[in-house]
Amino acid sequence: MTATIAPAAPRPTASARLLQLPWDLFAALTATAVFALAALWPALLATQGPFAMDLANTLAPPSSAHWFGTDESGRDLYSRVIYGTAASLGVGIGAAVVSLTLAVILGSLAALGNRPTAAAVGWLLEVAFAFPALLLSLLLIAVLGPSILTLILAVGIGTAPGYARMVRGQILSARGAPYVEAAVALGHSRGRILRQHILPNSLRPLVAVFALSIGQSIVWASSLSFLGLGIAPPAPEWGALLDAGRGYITVAGWLTVIPGLVIVLLALTTTTLGRHLQSILEKGEK
Amino acid sequence: MTRTSFSETDAETGGLLGSAPPRRGRGAPRLVVGKVVSAALVLFGAATAAFFAQASLPGDRATVILNIRAGQAVARTPEELAPINAEYHLHDPLIVQYFGYLRGLVVGDLGNSYQQHRPVIAIIADQLGATIVLTLTALVFAWIIMVVWVTLTAGKGPASRAIGGFFDTVAAGLPHYWLGIILLLVFALSLGWFPVIGGTGPVGLVLPALTLAIPLAGFLGQATRTEFERALDSPFVLTARMRGMGETGIRLRHVLRHAVLPAVTLSGWALGATISGAVVVEAVFARPGIGQVLVTAVSSQDMPVVIGIVMLIAAFYVLANLLVDIAYAIIDPRLRRTS
Repeated sequence: MTATIAPAAPRPTASARLLQLPWDLFAALTATAVFALAALWPALLATQGPFAMDLANTLAPPSSAHWFGTDESGRDLYSRVIYGTAASLGVGIGAAVVSLTLAVILGSLAALGNRPTAAAVGWLLEVAFAFPALLLSLLLIAVLGPSILTLILAVGIGTAPGYARMVRGQILSARGAPYVEAAVALGHSRGRILRQHILPNSLRPLVAVFALSIGQSIVWASSLSFLGLGIAPPAPEWGALLDAGRGYITVAGWLTVIPGLVIVLLALTTTTLGRHLQSILEKGEK
Repeated sequence: MTRTSFSETDAETGGLLGSAPPRRGRGAPRLVVGKVVSAALVLFGAATAAFFAQASLPGDRATVILNIRAGQAVARTPEELAPINAEYHLHDPLIVQYFGYLRGLVVGDLGNSYQQHRPVIAIIADQLGATIVLTLTALVFAWIIMVVWVTLTAGKGPASRAIGGFFDTVAAGLPHYWLGIILLLVFALSLGWFPVIGGTGPVGLVLPALTLAIPLAGFLGQATRTEFERALDSPFVLTARMRGMGETGIRLRHVLRHAVLPAVTLSGWALGATISGAVVVEAVFARPGIGQVLVTAVSSQDMPVVIGIVMLIAAFYVLANLLVDIAYAIIDPRLRRTS
């Protein structure tokens, strides 16, 4: 995309272009590659199986043999983190999809529906917004009972109202933009204006938001798991690792600190990617 | 611009983003009445949603309640179910139950816990104080940390801006449980400055409040930093410099006052997030509070307790945002103008 700006200049080689990247984007892309590899092909990175026990080596601190230490059954934490990547990313991506789908539907209805629809959906969003996201999630878990599907739905629905408000704002500001006035003046039909101008312009920022919300969703989901309301141990999913390690905070802090650190790194990665995507998309508009 | 057609949404998004002030030319009292009415409507909607969440619990409600109480899942005889159905009015039509529930909310009756066999309001009253103290302390800590950090790092060259902004972003993204564990391990276990568990006294409050305050400070800092740097470039700063005012004085007396406006708006929202965070923090530090009660109630599906606490927090949250709107008008005299 950036290469098209200066077509006359000779194309830089791939490695030269990588060096031109801002350092934070470079780090985020590297981290994404590692996370993707761990999710798709965990056996390549892991040193042991996720459930392999070693009862002689329980609650061992991080060492050269066990990089992240071991848990109460002597399972290698590093390998468990690697094997848990797929489940954690799955929850994050699933919740982000649920959240943004709901947000687009509700946000568009609130912005483009007829007067009663818009008012009703607007009120619904206000109501949903009155519940802090974690509480909305807890309410759903209380009704549906804890499971991986509940976790995805709970996080997705819990974070949807905020995004729906954003979508509504985007559509409303696109609807008032000069290019829409121009299209109206040219006599284009309502449907055509919606398809060609309003929706593309107002939904484009969602690409960046999607990246951001994957990381946020994983943080939310891991908070719920930490409370014992998400995915249950002994699954290697990151939130479940936290839940399992909680009982050993005072004797084996690494069991919670390290999975937590991995979650923080993932959240930072998606935030950085989202920010850069956002600025690329904004440049693309001009 | 065709402003008129979107004016109502302008006012709304303005409240959220803190960018566009409410429309001028509308009297302050009318503004307040409108906000109060919409807050009441929102609470009514929240109560309705909460009621139907409770009613949608799968299975026969009386059986569910008995099983929750006994901690086992078995079929129940009609003789066992009858007193439960009578106690919770489960044989009434749904609409009657709904109005009974709404009437209860108005007079402060949140129903009885399935598990503890006590009124929900009494269970909440026992635990609420600890959570309120924690939340408010965290809010105060967050503002102190944010103001000091932004005043020290904003507008002092690219390096300090990059470092300041980086810490804002990282702090805002830290999950509460993780930060809590780190603080616990470092300051309670290794250094022994604070008690590890419990400690309802002021010393035991420090680490949990910091756990809530640091991400909040990062979040508020992100909003304040941009405004702070913009305000530093404005003419009134130049004027103050010409009058011979010191740098610190300018930053604290003039720039800060302009820069904190978005953070004040966000504080209402942040209060809701902080209470959510309190649920997690209470679990990390094994502190008493409604968060602990809520988590226990969610895992045992004790719906009246879950809904009572969720409703209470929603009400608190709506009220806080209402107050923020009013506080905004007090800090920024431009918004007090009526015509």
